[in-house]
Amino acid sequence: MERLSEEKKAALRQAAQEHGLYNARHEHDACGMGFVAHIKGEKSHAIVRDALTVLAHMSHRGACGCDPETGDGAGILLQIPHELYKEQCSAAGITLPEAGKYAVGMLFLPTAEEPKAAAKALIERIVKEEGEEILGFRKLRVNEAAAGWLARESMPAFEQVYVKLRDTSDREAMETKLYLIRRRIENEAMLVDLSAAQGFYICSFSTRTVVYKGLIIPERFDNFYADLSDAKTKSAIALVHSRFSTNTFPSWPRAHPYRFIVHNGEINTLRGNVNWMVARDQQLASDKFGPDIKRVLPALSPDGSDSGNFDNGLELLLQTGRSLPHSIMMMIPEAWENHNEMSEAKRAFYEYHSCLMEPWDGPASIAFTDGTVVGAVLDRNGLRPSRYYVTKDDVIFMASEVGCIEVPPERVAQKGRLRPGRMLLVDTAQGRIVDDKELKDAIIARKPYAKWLRENMLTLDQVPVPDPSRLPIEWDSKNLLMRQRAHGYTREDVRIVIRPMAINGEESIGSMGNDSPLAVLSDKPQLVFNYFRQTFAQVTNPPIDPLREELVMSTRILLGAEKNLFEETPEHCHRLVLDGPIVTNEELQSIKDLDFRELRTKTLPMVFPISEGGVGLEKALSRLCGEAEAAIDQGFTVLVLSDRGHDPANAPIPSLLATGAVHHHLIREGKRTLCAIVIESGEPREVMHFCLLLGYGASVINPYLAYETLHDQVHSGNTQKVDAVKGIENYLKASHKGIRKVMSKMGISTLQSYQGAQIFEAIGLNKKVIDKYFTWTASSIEGVGLEEIAAEVAVRHHVAHEVAGLMNPELDPGGIYQWRRRGEYHMYNPESVASLQHAVRSANYKLFKSYSSKVNDNSKQLCTIRGLLEFKAATPIPIEEVESAKDIVKRFKTGAMSFGSISKEAHETVAIAMNRIGARSNTGEGGEDPERFKPMPNGDSKRSSIKQVASGRFGVTSHYLVNADELQIKMAQGAKPGEGGQLPGHKVDDVIAKVRFATPGVGLISPPPHHDIYSIEDLAQLIFDLKSANEYARISVKLVSEAGVGTVAAGVCKAKADLVLISGDSGGTGASPLTSIKYAGTPWELGLAETQQTLVINDLRRRIKVETDGQLKTGRDVAVAALLGAEEFGFGTSALVSSGCILMRVCHLNTCPVGVATQDPELRRRFKGQPEHVINFMMFVAEELREIMAQLGFRTIESMVGRVDRLEPRVAIDHYKARGLDLSRILHKPDVPADWPLHCIEAQDHGIANVLDRELMKKAMPAFERKERVSFESPVRNTDRTVGAMLSAEVSRRFGIEGLPPDTINITFHGSAGQSFGAFMAPGVSMRIEGDANDYVGKGLSGGRIVVVPPKVSSFAAEENIIAGNVVLYGATGGECYLRGRVGERFCVRNSGATAVVEGVGDHGCEYMTKGIAVILGKTGRNFAAGMSGGIAYVLNEDGKFDHRCNLGMVDIEPLSTDDITRLRALVTRHFEYTGSTVAKRVLETWDKSLAKFVRVMAREYKKVLAAEKYDTELSLLATV
Amino acid sequence: MGKITGFLEFKRKKPGRRPVGERLTHWNEFEDNLSEADLRDQGARCMDCGIPFCHTGCPLGNAIPDWNDTVYRDRWEQASSRLHATNNFPEMTGRVCPAPCEEACVLNINSEPVTIKQIEKQIADRALDSGWYAPRPALRRSGKKIAIVGSGPAGLACAQQLARAGHSPTVFERDDRIGGLLRYGIPNFKMEKHLIDSRMRQMEGEGVKFRPRTNVGVNYSVEKLHKDFDAIVLAGGATEPRDLPIDGRKLKGVYYAMEFLVQQNRINEGDAVANQILAKGKKVIILGGGDTGSDCLGTSNRHGAISVHQFELMPRPPDVRNEDMPWPYWPLIMRTSSSHEEGVERDYSINTVKFTGDADGNVKQLHGVKLSWVMDSHGRRKMEEVPGSAFTLDADLVLLAMGFTGPEKPLLRKLNVELDPRGNAKVNDDYMTTIPGVFACGDMRRGQSLVVWAIWEGREAARGVDAYLMGRTDLATSPMTAPLNLGG
Repeated sequence: MERLSEEKKAALRQAAQEHGLYNARHEHDACGMGFVAHIKGEKSHAIVRDALTVLAHMSHRGACGCDPETGDGAGILLQIPHELYKEQCSAAGITLPEAGKYAVGMLFLPTAEEPKAAAKALIERIVKEEGEEILGFRKLRVNEAAAGWLARESMPAFEQVYVKLRDTSDREAMETKLYLIRRRIENEAMLVDLSAAQGFYICSFSTRTVVYKGLIIPERFDNFYADLSDAKTKSAIALVHSRFSTNTFPSWPRAHPYRFIVHNGEINTLRGNVNWMVARDQQLASDKFGPDIKRVLPALSPDGSDSGNFDNGLELLLQTGRSLPHSIMMMIPEAWENHNEMSEAKRAFYEYHSCLMEPWDGPASIAFTDGTVVGAVLDRNGLRPSRYYVTKDDVIFMASEVGCIEVPPERVAQKGRLRPGRMLLVDTAQGRIVDDKELKDAIIARKPYAKWLRENMLTLDQVPVPDPSRLPIEWDSKNLLMRQRAHGYTREDVRIVIRPMAINGEESIGSMGNDSPLAVLSDKPQLVFNYFRQTFAQVTNPPIDPLREELVMSTRILLGAEKNLFEETPEHCHRLVLDGPIVTNEELQSIKDLDFRELRTKTLPMVFPISEGGVGLEKALSRLCGEAEAAIDQGFTVLVLSDRGHDPANAPIPSLLATGAVHHHLIREGKRTLCAIVIESGEPREVMHFCLLLGYGASVINPYLAYETLHDQVHSGNTQKVDAVKGIENYLKASHKGIRKVMSKMGISTLQSYQGAQIFEAIGLNKKVIDKYFTWTASSIEGVGLEEIAAEVAVRHHVAHEVAGLMNPELDPGGIYQWRRRGEYHMYNPESVASLQHAVRSANYKLFKSYSSKVNDNSKQLCTIRGLLEFKAATPIPIEEVESAKDIVKRFKTGAMSFGSISKEAHETVAIAMNRIGARSNTGEGGEDPERFKPMPNGDSKRSSIKQVASGRFGVTSHYLVNADELQIKMAQGAKPGEGGQLPGHKVDDVIAKVRFATPGVGLISPPPHHDIYSIEDLAQLIFDLKSANEYARISVKLVSEAGVGTVAAGVCKAKADLVLISGDSGGTGASPLTSIKYAGTPWELGLAETQQTLVINDLRRRIKVETDGQLKTGRDVAVAALLGAEEFGFGTSALVSSGCILMRVCHLNTCPVGVATQDPELRRRFKGQPEHVINFMMFVAEELREIMAQLGFRTIESMVGRVDRLEPRVAIDHYKARGLDLSRILHKPDVPADWPLHCIEAQDHGIANVLDRELMKKAMPAFERKERVSFESPVRNTDRTVGAMLSAEVSRRFGIEGLPPDTINITFHGSAGQSFGAFMAPGVSMRIEGDANDYVGKGLSGGRIVVVPPKVSSFAAEENIIAGNVVLYGATGGECYLRGRVGERFCVRNSGATAVVEGVGDHGCEYMTKGIAVILGKTGRNFAAGMSGGIAYVLNEDGKFDHRCNLGMVDIEPLSTDDITRLRALVTRHFEYTGSTVAKRVLETWDKSLAKFVRVMAREYKKVLAAEKYDTELSLLATV
Repeated sequence: MGKITGFLEFKRKKPGRRPVGERLTHWNEFEDNLSEADLRDQGARCMDCGIPFCHTGCPLGNAIPDWNDTVYRDRWEQASSRLHATNNFPEMTGRVCPAPCEEACVLNINSEPVTIKQIEKQIADRALDSGWYAPRPALRRSGKKIAIVGSGPAGLACAQQLARAGHSPTVFERDDRIGGLLRYGIPNFKMEKHLIDSRMRQMEGEGVKFRPRTNVGVNYSVEKLHKDFDAIVLAGGATEPRDLPIDGRKLKGVYYAMEFLVQQNRINEGDAVANQILAKGKKVIILGGGDTGSDCLGTSNRHGAISVHQFELMPRPPDVRNEDMPWPYWPLIMRTSSSHEEGVERDYSINTVKFTGDADGNVKQLHGVKLSWVMDSHGRRKMEEVPGSAFTLDADLVLLAMGFTGPEKPLLRKLNVELDPRGNAKVNDDYMTTIPGVFACGDMRRGQSLVVWAIWEGREAARGVDAYLMGRTDLATSPMTAPLNLGG
């Protein structure tokens, strides 16, 4: 394989960024991290050595790129090893002062002599200018052989610089000076082109700590730097980190640790945090720095990673004089807003600090140190694992996993885990672990925050009520239509968007996909909002469940001006606080009336002269920006931008454009934090509009026209019994709920950090508009500018003012959500549906061609991006030479549609069809009836060869998994990425309940995230789990197209998936909020092209297949997809339409009149689809594809994949909006060596060849062969992952779903088990660990028994220590689990059948549980039983406060019945027998007394269903456990 | 919208008709209306489809689900507003349209379609009764004058649209009353004529002038027309009947359907007609199986014919859809109109060979032969006589209802308007003929068709005129870019 030179790679990256779709800003990382410290501060080399061992044993949490020896990065942060440096320096002729009196700068330098010298000269100059003395530079000895070839190519030179400081009296002052020096060096280096890309980077520069890091795989890291293996390298603190990045071009500086932290996770709100920090920069003032502050800024680096920027931000806060824990509390506050157990003082602390800085939001486990204290903290949601041991000899080991280092059990004093919002802090100076409460109490008490808040912070109800005469008229029927038209209202906006929100207090639900054109391709005038798409979390961070995990979410917002971050005064919290950003007319008036100390409001007109077009619009925007700035200068702190004043001469400025313009102008002018922006506009009316305005900087929105429309609807009697007051209340409720949902899709909890975070990408706006008004927004295909935007406003304006209402008193029909004549264009329209059905039913290829020519023409009528592309002419070949249709269809798949969303008849018809032609159908997420695994008498098969594994894990058993040819992990779905799902109880009939391991009639919830995938290394783990559970199936990962999906796909490839599916935004759904269907995700053309480019330039394409789907309808669509880089193709809606779907879009209502998407037996009878219809469709598409291949001269699909050079943009696009599009970045072909393939040619190495299970299986042979009982022992460690899954797969393969008789295979392990211990364990397997276990114990447990107990020699109290990690028994369908000790968050999440006993759990216990029994013999965390719709939990409520911690949304807490008591006693007894638990013993010994403390937690719906009919059978089933 | 499960709960229900014996005694409409409750249930059957195929089924693109819903929710005035937004004369289409919308209704796939036409009719009637026909005069007048030649549904719809756009249209009609085929072609028992009068009053209130008895090119010169008006719209229909040039065609008692129907309609208007063609006591044979044939049938029975036969050249269509004409396409199936209930012998695949008469030149017999339709070597259907099938049938009155061949040519020639290959007025996308400022629409442009199509044509032509006069148009359109193969 040809390798690339460094220059070549840089050029490639540059080209990819400038000409292609790849963007470095999209890169993500996650990882394993940890620290080792001596609590009493005793320095030793052992600490360093142990830390390196921890690092080496987390290599599976890191990743490798195309070069398996080049990791994504590893590193260690130490206290300065003075002893070593003293010796080394003296050898180099440098004399070091005593420890602590000098600074060490750890440098990456360019390797070329000239720039290296320049860099060193720069350092020397600035250090000198700052009056300090350079003692000398020392070259570090490194073992280059330890680095992979890829890493070596970008390897810098390694040196340390030693600086002697004049004033060494104050260590803090020394660090401040060093910060100033370093920032100056960094800033000036940029000016002379000495950036990280050129190899210059300062890893650390401190008198206390030093960072060693690099692009080295963790196992080899200790081999790389000679310093680290030197016994004189001693430290009491060592932070380590192993990185797994989605990115691509490996980068030395991006390895962790940074200067203070290591981070595992992702900062979702980074863009907003960076913007706000940039905005704050100019307001910063500090006596400490004086005028030098300008030299330090900018505090953050816009191109840095999230972790890097977090570190920079933290560093700045430290410079303000705040302590490290204080600063961390500001950046990652606890979820204080809805915390019912938090003290007032602490709440006040957080509330006060929310006035200073928005949270840095996202899944994070951060370990930090300043060289004296070392600590760690988790995000508010606890989404990353962190476990620790404290030893009897005062050492603490903290890491993402337990077992990274072997600690003899008898040495362990305590085993713990980090908890959401809690801080673990070791103060080596004090020589102790500081308790979270003690630590925070001290910080909270620093200032009278509560008093300050009382005296300065205002709420709306403290503001005088406005005089009613000053309120705008609430309903002006005479002018309503004019105003509605001016803002582009359609009948659908009224009927489908606004009215249901007012009636139901919720957004409308819809189904199927969005098949209307992109805004930039639409003939209808579009609102600026429509040019944006929401981005969302997939893989690299988890979305949140805004309903079930509401306690971490907040829509609180502050108005007023921020103050200097360096100070802490009462005035800092002189702000107006609102509970939510959408306000009524009265509330807006109160805001407008504000005139209280510094809270003063100014209203600015948001209109422009319509006759002046785009020029006028641009002028008006700059006028508005100027007025905003002037208002700030006059001391106004709230600016209302209002379009109330539009009239025949002046049209409203699109509100989003105005918001972005003012926001970014003020950021650039450094005045942004001095005011809040309020939007008073008739334009916004739906959740997406609100989110966009907030995302681009608005704090408050008054959608007055929506209110007026509502008044009108109430008046016309269209709102049922809801009056205007209730209607508006409901509308507000729905809006705020919707905003929370959109935030949660990105995993963002607080509106404060969502605001300004720009979690969007633009499609179809030109660069000028983006750069000026929506700065930093991703945008890949250019598009319209102000001229076209003004033209669209003009169309609306004309209709509003020039078309007399009497001529047509009706609003435009809209036609977005449902097809309408005169409405928006849809690809599925009466004609295309009718002609496709006619063609496939009559098996008439000619009719199909007439269908496809219409569809293809239609896409040329500018509906899709592929319609804008043309094939380049080529020399045709005879069609006979082209691969046969029979072979081509083997690359075809049908979309993942669950049995549950569609009927049995429809599901099986599709499966039979696909099996007949050797193509693949997909189970969807609802499991599959094992009956279907057996061939039918006529030779057909109903078995779906792709088995989906989605977040609900319904029916995912070992047996299900072994019956697949492909296992698909659904990370997101095109119609609703970032969201979970819900199957209402009425759709759960007997059969569905059986397949899903649920109870008929009880609703089922799919959580938004996979609770075992919060980041990329978790995905790698699930892939490993599934590969272990069926080594013959390929593993695919389904992503949805969005900006940055390419880098995620690169991560997916590194995580060892065999195939990545890039799904387009237009795919279907059984039910989803309309906002998601319409606004989330992008067309597959964009995502596919980005994926292909990113994989190819990293040479990862060779080992992963790429599939695409999303409204593929014709052979031409497939041809374009292949040329853009796909080798497999999915069809969803088109397969359904072929079998009878007529796009009713009522899948969510169970009333499908053609029997496709319904469980109603009467309607199912109306299903008329036949496998032949689906087969005809597939064969027709393949046939048409062949014609195109012949015409283009391709004999095989393989030769066609990725040949973007054979596509070109259509010439002569005369659409006034589409003209501005630039497709060159989609068509960019990376210039890589000729032998780098464009399609998959190699298999992934899944690393399952030598796993522990292979040993276990050998020993279990007698059981496999003769069902003979076997028992044996085995050591286990954290690197042994997914133990038991492969063994279980063999059981399932041989013995089917029933497995083996209980306890046929018995294994006892000793040690710390790796992640996913006992995953998908089959019946008949029993595994016991003496030691402890990591996350995901018993994931998907399908029978069998797991027991985890501490080693016999342990002396700690088991019930007070952590025995296993997070997410135990996720999606288990059966079996038992006994855990002697406490476990982490989300115990029994989505359990649908397992029985478990444990001695304490973290937050979110029994979440989404649908069946099974959980016994908790100890304390639970918060939010217990959220979304729990079935099963039973028995909780020992020792402190009587369980009701505070239980989410009572769906369950009741009640006393035990006689049956319960019998069952509980049996389980506790068994727990004692298996584990020897002292708690169980005590409970049993004092049974009668204990019993009084037990409560039963049971879902109301479940109880009702059981009581109604199935009580006996269900309970008898439970009783047999 | 509507009631989500309405289609499962309610069955299709059509209103009753007066008994045949009773209805034959008068000339008025004889269909009942559904009760308000029943109609609501029928509205509830609408499924609010993601793709309402009915929209495509309807040439006007009526927003059918929208007004079905408003009827279900008892919001009649909204229903009327929504209905009139796309259809100027729903009271007419609600009576005489063959309702291709119902054929395309999604419920028609595996159940019975929504009673769209009935709902439309009752909304329109209620609008009339409730005074919602008040004129909607334009707020601003353009001062432009437009001559519309022909007062059928196309001309009327065009005039109303133009008036609402602020122009001053004048509708010319050569006959003594306004309405064209609506007035004199359609029998009263299908549509009572006061409906036209109500519309005329509304249109006059909106500024439309009517000039009956003015035959452009005959008693009003083409030159004057050009001089007096800023634009001209030709909407004279396709009134040239298809003839049957066989032996005996000239015999007394063989008439075009229109000769027969118009006379009766004049009588119904209160005029006197000398020597009216009457079917009373006669054996009547109607040639042609379409709507006009049906109208002749109803009229003959009301006259008191002894017997009525209706012959059709084409074979008998199937009773239900077959694979060649799947939903949602317009199916050629056996259709039975209300007139057929009133007594008729229908036969198909009949070729009329000649008529023979008595000495006075009165027709007495029809000589016919059965046909069979076979495929020729090119896969085309052709007809062959069935050997030995010749027959003779007594006849006193033969009515030729075999359709129309196209517009009458004299006026078109006078205006120098170019014709298309089918002999209709040729227009561009804006409905302008080859002569600037002269437009054409309706049957005159598309050949004989349905009333809905005529209304659609009139509306679209009005847009062309408005754009021609003003440089742009804000009149609503109902684009039919991809018409399904629908009736007419």
